[in-house]
Amino acid sequence: MTPDDPAFQAALRQDDAALLDDRAPCGYLSTTPDGVIVRVNQTFLAWTGYRREDLVGRRRFIDLLPVGDRIYHETHYAPTLRMQGSAREIALEVVCADGRRLPVLVNSVLDRDDDGTPVVIRTAAFDATERRRYEQEVLAAKRRAEESEARALRLAQTLQQTLIPPTPPRVPGLDVAGAYRPAGDGRHVGGDFYDVFQVATDDWVVALGDVQGKGSEAAVVTALARYTIRAASVDHESPSDVLRTLDRVLRRAETDRFCTAVVVRMRRAGGTWRATIACGGHPRPLLRRPGGGPVPVGEHGHLLGILPDARSTDTAITLGPGDALVLFTDGVPEGRRGAELYGAERLVAVVDRHRGGAAEVTGAILADVMAFQSGEARDDIAVVTLAVPPADGGTPADAGTAG
Amino acid sequence: MSAVDRHHIHVTGVPGAQPIVFAHGFGCDQHMWRHVAPRFEDAFQVVTFDHVGAGGADPSAYDPVRHGSLQGYADDVLEIVHELGLEDVVLVGHSVSAMIAVLAAAAEPERFARLVLVGPSPRYTDDGDYTGGFTEADIAELLESLDSNYLGWSSAMAPAIMGNPDRPGLGAELTASFCRTDPDLARRFARVTFLSDNRADLERVTVPTLVLQCTDDVIAPVAVGEYVRDAIPGAELVLLDATGHCPNLSAPEATTAAIASFVRS
Repeated sequence: MTPDDPAFQAALRQDDAALLDDRAPCGYLSTTPDGVIVRVNQTFLAWTGYRREDLVGRRRFIDLLPVGDRIYHETHYAPTLRMQGSAREIALEVVCADGRRLPVLVNSVLDRDDDGTPVVIRTAAFDATERRRYEQEVLAAKRRAEESEARALRLAQTLQQTLIPPTPPRVPGLDVAGAYRPAGDGRHVGGDFYDVFQVATDDWVVALGDVQGKGSEAAVVTALARYTIRAASVDHESPSDVLRTLDRVLRRAETDRFCTAVVVRMRRAGGTWRATIACGGHPRPLLRRPGGGPVPVGEHGHLLGILPDARSTDTAITLGPGDALVLFTDGVPEGRRGAELYGAERLVAVVDRHRGGAAEVTGAILADVMAFQSGEARDDIAVVTLAVPPADGGTPADAGTAG
Repeated sequence: MSAVDRHHIHVTGVPGAQPIVFAHGFGCDQHMWRHVAPRFEDAFQVVTFDHVGAGGADPSAYDPVRHGSLQGYADDVLEIVHELGLEDVVLVGHSVSAMIAVLAAAAEPERFARLVLVGPSPRYTDDGDYTGGFTEADIAELLESLDSNYLGWSSAMAPAIMGNPDRPGLGAELTASFCRTDPDLARRFARVTFLSDNRADLERVTVPTLVLQCTDDVIAPVAVGEYVRDAIPGAELVLLDATGHCPNLSAPEATTAAIASFVRS
């Protein structure tokens, strides 16, 4: 089309200022800088039901707004317009002559004279009835999403708390400290667990494990594993028998998730503890004695819940004063920084360096592996340290400051 | 992070001179003072800042508990004053910051020389004989309208329209950030602002106080300004011939003159 085209000429003839004013597809208002209406177009009048003489020279723009919008206008819209010279896409409602409310989207500009003194505010208002309805639906959906996210987070945290002892375990004659750190931002339930419970006087079980995967389905299996170990420990003295029961239970459960676990039966004999250790496909615990460096103890054993005939073996050791046994999940040695693994050597080194109480050792491991991963764990981490207090009756911290 | 870092503080004027601290109100940021604060740079150390959630303040500094009451905002002001080592402070608070200033001065009167309260209201909703100007339903509606303007708070502002004729080049940077507010924090701040009742705090003010009142302010009507004047011992009120709630923008000359005659005396 060219300007010579008859259709172009016909449209142009319809475009004089007065017709534009009355036939514009948006409401238009001019006001003084204080908001007194000096000009209003026919479209705005038709939408709102006011007569021109009701508005011009008599009402301010703000007078047409409901109270909530007046506050918004005064505290944000007007200051923005003053300072910035324009404001765009402001959602307001106009109270019409009959009290009905018309949702509008408003753009305004503030014109100034040559001295910079504000002269006139020009405002275009667009009917936003449908859009507002849609936005309210979106807003409601957003609220629901936020609420359900918060619920899911609470659920995850509640569930997580059932996978570790509710209070720090206290065992007479033994210094115990556990730590648990789920992977990521804490929104998902992890698959690691640990437990410390009493079977009889001076007879305790310490268990720590790792169910494959995470999330609620893993948590179900984790709970099953934890309580199976508890129940089986009543009938079976041998940790490997406990693991065998767990293996059978997992294989019969309606899940294809497998699990690794270490179970330690601790029996007190005077100032020492008899520890019987069995692992099911789990990293071997580290034993550290006063005179030497940490070494792995026990047999690795088979994964639980997957093989037809999983085997694990009991290893019995004596823990004397100053000795410590450290149980951990693979989230520790497999902590990652880029392609680099945290590794067994770093773990051994940190256990060697920290010869204080169980809490110090557990805390140091957690801090070191978290620092290695720049504070964000890729996998769940669980650590339990069992330390026999030194013979002098002090805490291990008194005895072991070497390092 | 220090309070000075958190609050996007600007210090201008005469180093070591008597400090004058300008606190902005709900809905905007320290740019509200751009026509007023510079007029005190000849004789004062001039401090402007953004409340958490507004302008250039660090949004991560928002603490739902601390900032769940105006006292938390007042504590922010006190922290700023302490960190900058300010004494003998003139504190100018606009809108909700008028009550924040009241709380700060009531907590540590020895730090403050004078208060200037611009468009103050100790309570926005009506209560018995007290007329704040709004009903609770009005405030509920405001909170809803804030939701509708989720975009309007943060990103939908046209960039760099107005500029600054005197200082070209300054415009773009400033206009890019005018009145931007985290929408969620704006909503929370609105709740705290418009549902607070600080009437009982007014009589705790012991420093000389000026109330600056606009003749036609739908947010803080004249009667409310007079209530504040009457409740603060010895306070005086100056009526500005200005409409709206922001005389610092709509009538900067008159606002500056009224503050000056109070603080320069």
